[in-house]
Amino acid sequence: MPLLKVNDITKRFGKNTVLDGVSFDLDKGDVKVIIGPSGTGKSTLLRCINMLAPPEQGSIYLDGVEVTGSKTDLYVIRQKIGMVFQHFALFKHLRAIDNVMLGLLKVKKMSREEALKKAEYELDRVGLSGHTDKYPAELSGGQQQRVGIARALAMDPVLMLFDEPTSALDPELIGEVLQVMQDLAKSGMTMLCVTHEMGFAKSVASEIIFMESGHIIEQSPPSEMFTAPKNERTKSFLNKIAELYGGEGF
Amino acid sequence: MPEPVLFIMSHMPELLKGALVAVEITLLSMGVGLVLGLLVAFFRLYGSEPVKKAMYLYEWVLRGLPILVLLFIIYFGLPTVGINLGPFVSVIAGLGLRSSAYQAQVYRGAILSIETEQMEAGLSLGMSKFRTLMTVIVPQAVRLSLPGFTNEFTIVLKDSPLAYAVGIAEILKYGRDIIVMTFRPFEVYLACAVIYFILFHIFYFLFVKLSRKYDVPGFIKVD
Repeated sequence: MPLLKVNDITKRFGKNTVLDGVSFDLDKGDVKVIIGPSGTGKSTLLRCINMLAPPEQGSIYLDGVEVTGSKTDLYVIRQKIGMVFQHFALFKHLRAIDNVMLGLLKVKKMSREEALKKAEYELDRVGLSGHTDKYPAELSGGQQQRVGIARALAMDPVLMLFDEPTSALDPELIGEVLQVMQDLAKSGMTMLCVTHEMGFAKSVASEIIFMESGHIIEQSPPSEMFTAPKNERTKSFLNKIAELYGGEGF
Repeated sequence: MPEPVLFIMSHMPELLKGALVAVEITLLSMGVGLVLGLLVAFFRLYGSEPVKKAMYLYEWVLRGLPILVLLFIIYFGLPTVGINLGPFVSVIAGLGLRSSAYQAQVYRGAILSIETEQMEAGLSLGMSKFRTLMTVIVPQAVRLSLPGFTNEFTIVLKDSPLAYAVGIAEILKYGRDIIVMTFRPFEVYLACAVIYFILFHIFYFLFVKLSRKYDVPGFIKVD
């Protein structure tokens, strides 16, 4: 049984259909990367999975539990799904350590000492043990995003969603975030990443999902997708990305 | 000590009694403005379309009226339709209503400037909407509102002498009474000015202190 099963989901905003019958599976320990032009519904897809944007049709299962079910306890489900945001979304009035501790204290109901210990461990894991007392405004974009990852990891999720985690970063800061993501993938975390970092996709993803206009156009392992894309649209999109990002000769 | 100073000192008890009334008026009006302002901001952001329009209209009317006209409508006008609030409540109502329209703008601006991702981040951790509101949105909104609130507070304080117009004994009214007996308007009005000035700076100092206490890098400060 796959860890995550997305089954024929449709999401509309008003008259605009953003996702139109999207289906795919994600096994435990699997890393899949979603690529595609902007406005294609990639971010919306992630938001459907943790029900920040509940789909109108279709079903989603996590660990055999229907996320989209009317009786599902969303608060429990969301604890199991870590989310990393494009613009970090750190709680701006809280220090790095408090950002990581908030969910532990308020949701997991840990004691302060326990939460502090766990938060320190998670910040250390993303290489920020020296920055625990800093506020988001005092951290670089790359550091902020690593706090965002630590905050999500602290809840011990079974699945991590990454919504373009490096697209708001200066080029020289992207590496440190990708390194954390790579380490996480190696540790066996199940990950679904919206990103255009093709190097990352190549090295850790088991499959690439190419989306356009709310549909999955093509889904295949990176070696196949980058060398012999089946669809014309996939080919032209990958060419554009290659031009933009300095190309690795897909 | 120079004679004019001695003269003012001898009348200081009345003037300070008036200062206390000015502070009462300011605090109560700001309280009314705070509660109504928060409600107006909330309904203008999250209400149904007609409610949003009604809130817009409320702000639009109150921000467009001179405060003295509003005060006279409440104090002299309302009794003719059977609503007699008395001078003190009329002043609190007038200053409070007007302030609520301005405060509503302060709070609405603060809430709007907090990105929707802050709420999403709270929800994605498994927190409820209410808990995220209380632990994430409100603490940020309060910090963002403090400079605007401070500004509004000092405006209401400096508009409190309008209470004189409906016969309330505050600083200016006591000053006027002293002048009637002594014919020394220059010294007395100067003394009134100094008292307002000191009141202003006492409150301003308190707000700066408050702002520093809860200061977080990346947020606007009162200074």
